[in-house]
Amino acid sequence: MTFFIEVTLSGLMAGVMYSLVALGFVLIFKASGIFNFAQGVMALFAALTLVGFMDEFGMPIWLAIIGTIAVMIALAWVIERVMLRHLVNQEPIILFMATIGLAYVLEGLGDILWGSDVKMLDIGIPQGASDWMLDTFDIYIEKLEIFAAATAATLVIFLAIFFQKTRIGRALRAVADDHQAALSVGISLHTIWVIVWSVSGIVALVAGIMWGSKSGVQFSLSLIALKALPVLILGGFTSVPGAIIGGMIIGVGEKLAEVYLGPFVGGALENWFAYMLALAFLLFRPQGLFGERIIERV
Amino acid sequence: MIYRETGQFKANYADDQALFPIAQDRYVVIAALIVAFGVVPMVLNQYWLNAIMLPFLIYSLAALGLNILTGYCGQVSLGTGGFMAVGAFAVYKLMVAFPELGFIPLVILSGLITAAVGSLFGLPSLRIKGFYLAVATLASQFFLIWLFNKVGWFFNYNATGMITSPPMTMFGVIITGPEGSPMAKYFLVATIVAVFALVAKNIARGRIGRNWMAIRDMDIAAELIGVRPLIAKLSAFAVSSFYIGMAGALYFAVWLGSAEPTEAFDINQSFLVLFMIIIGGLGSVLGSFLGAGFLVLMPILLKNILVDGFGTDSALAAHIEIMTVGALIIIFLIVEPHGLARLWRIAKEKLRLWPFPY
Repeated sequence: MTFFIEVTLSGLMAGVMYSLVALGFVLIFKASGIFNFAQGVMALFAALTLVGFMDEFGMPIWLAIIGTIAVMIALAWVIERVMLRHLVNQEPIILFMATIGLAYVLEGLGDILWGSDVKMLDIGIPQGASDWMLDTFDIYIEKLEIFAAATAATLVIFLAIFFQKTRIGRALRAVADDHQAALSVGISLHTIWVIVWSVSGIVALVAGIMWGSKSGVQFSLSLIALKALPVLILGGFTSVPGAIIGGMIIGVGEKLAEVYLGPFVGGALENWFAYMLALAFLLFRPQGLFGERIIERV
Repeated sequence: MIYRETGQFKANYADDQALFPIAQDRYVVIAALIVAFGVVPMVLNQYWLNAIMLPFLIYSLAALGLNILTGYCGQVSLGTGGFMAVGAFAVYKLMVAFPELGFIPLVILSGLITAAVGSLFGLPSLRIKGFYLAVATLASQFFLIWLFNKVGWFFNYNATGMITSPPMTMFGVIITGPEGSPMAKYFLVATIVAVFALVAKNIARGRIGRNWMAIRDMDIAAELIGVRPLIAKLSAFAVSSFYIGMAGALYFAVWLGSAEPTEAFDINQSFLVLFMIIIGGLGSVLGSFLGAGFLVLMPILLKNILVDGFGTDSALAAHIEIMTVGALIIIFLIVEPHGLARLWRIAKEKLRLWPFPY
């Protein structure tokens, strides 16, 4: 039983890590209807930049983080200026393909700027097993995962306040609701897009820090986007809580399947199990668990 | 005045319903066939045939397949790599088990097997739409590759997990594996691609193709006027997978010679073929060829320019290459979101009036 709880808990924690990536997707999809495939590469790029600032320029951690945030905001501005502005009113699939192109550009750029070798990222997040959990409940949990969960919770609270209480947040929600109506009451779409891409760039930075501390900053970091996709369709493209809860369901399902089902079929289930799980959910709720109900008119 | 249909009278129904009703189109197609079968093999050397023409033709076939599904029926699929793997492994098993059948029937058989697998994975499309479906098709991609890695039966339990194409002959010439001559391979692939491109053009303009397009444009409206979504969507998945499966079979047996599922059929293959049809033009047979040609040639050109022209070292060149490919794709989507086929259509309009502006 302890083992089961341990597996479930570590699944939950891993799920939170997926949610961190999925959050960035949801933000952009809500505000601009763009399915941003480059989110994973953005996390990689942010982490690479952070490590680059710390190692090559010898910046202290706080300065490096501020610097990286500035880079991500600049990146968002460039993306809006060069790419999105010219793709207004295109079909979703065209926008999606453009973000895949963007992913290639960022991947190449990150490698050219900072080199493609594996880097260690250490910004002082506690590592190793949590002694307190081990002593009290006899359960093994990584400190990093608890830290990630706490960060995700903070992030979601911040985002919720940002979306609900601030002026910009209201504008963002208006844009998400209806582009044209938002334009007609004087909201600038271009500004909103820069803001939303900046915010999801910062979310990508957080995801990049967490994943980078866990497994080093390297190319495979960008593949976590593929991990976040089933989380997205499970939770619904437009729902922030959906991204969190979807991530947890996927995380737990994946870990349980790996432990209890893996030995029978030869392991390495984690590549596709999440997708099958999400697919099974979708057959009952085609818009995801928390997605907006799809209303179709002729 | 060059491309003008005035004066071409149709005297009977057969003429009216011809595949290429305008004479100029017929000449272009015949010229293309003559170039493909006469000029290209004479002019190009072995390197060009092997490194450029073969992948171009094979990817054209895959792009045709995906275009049927995405361009004509409107169902975005990211599982192309997985379906190509099905075709490759099917033809491998068939080649080992029934070599006496001959290569072309085996390729068609493996296409049919892929069609069955494809329609199975197409079932969710009846319930899920848009990007939810696109992500759901990734399930087939990852699941199939995992299956081919884990289940020994598919690669005949050899230690490496790789499949190697046994040599097969046609008219006494070896056409598969590394021993085959590029010339024979080229003729084989070009014939298959030419035949099935015509078939695709024919399907797309017929009843079934019109059903697909109705579903693409608006599925609820299509359902109301009597198109059955179950049959239309599943047939699109089946026909598309048939083409992609054949492309996968040729990709493995004729071009690569040996393949390993995680390397040769990974998700980047799916994206590559999707790029081909977007850049070539959705819902256009010609576009599939143009897109495939563009994306096969461009990386080779870039690499040659960077490494030979500027003497960049190859690691940096690879990074610059991927960056340039990405940037070009974005530029392309901004400048002409309807693809190269659209440019051709505009050119035809201009040629119709040339040399007059109106």
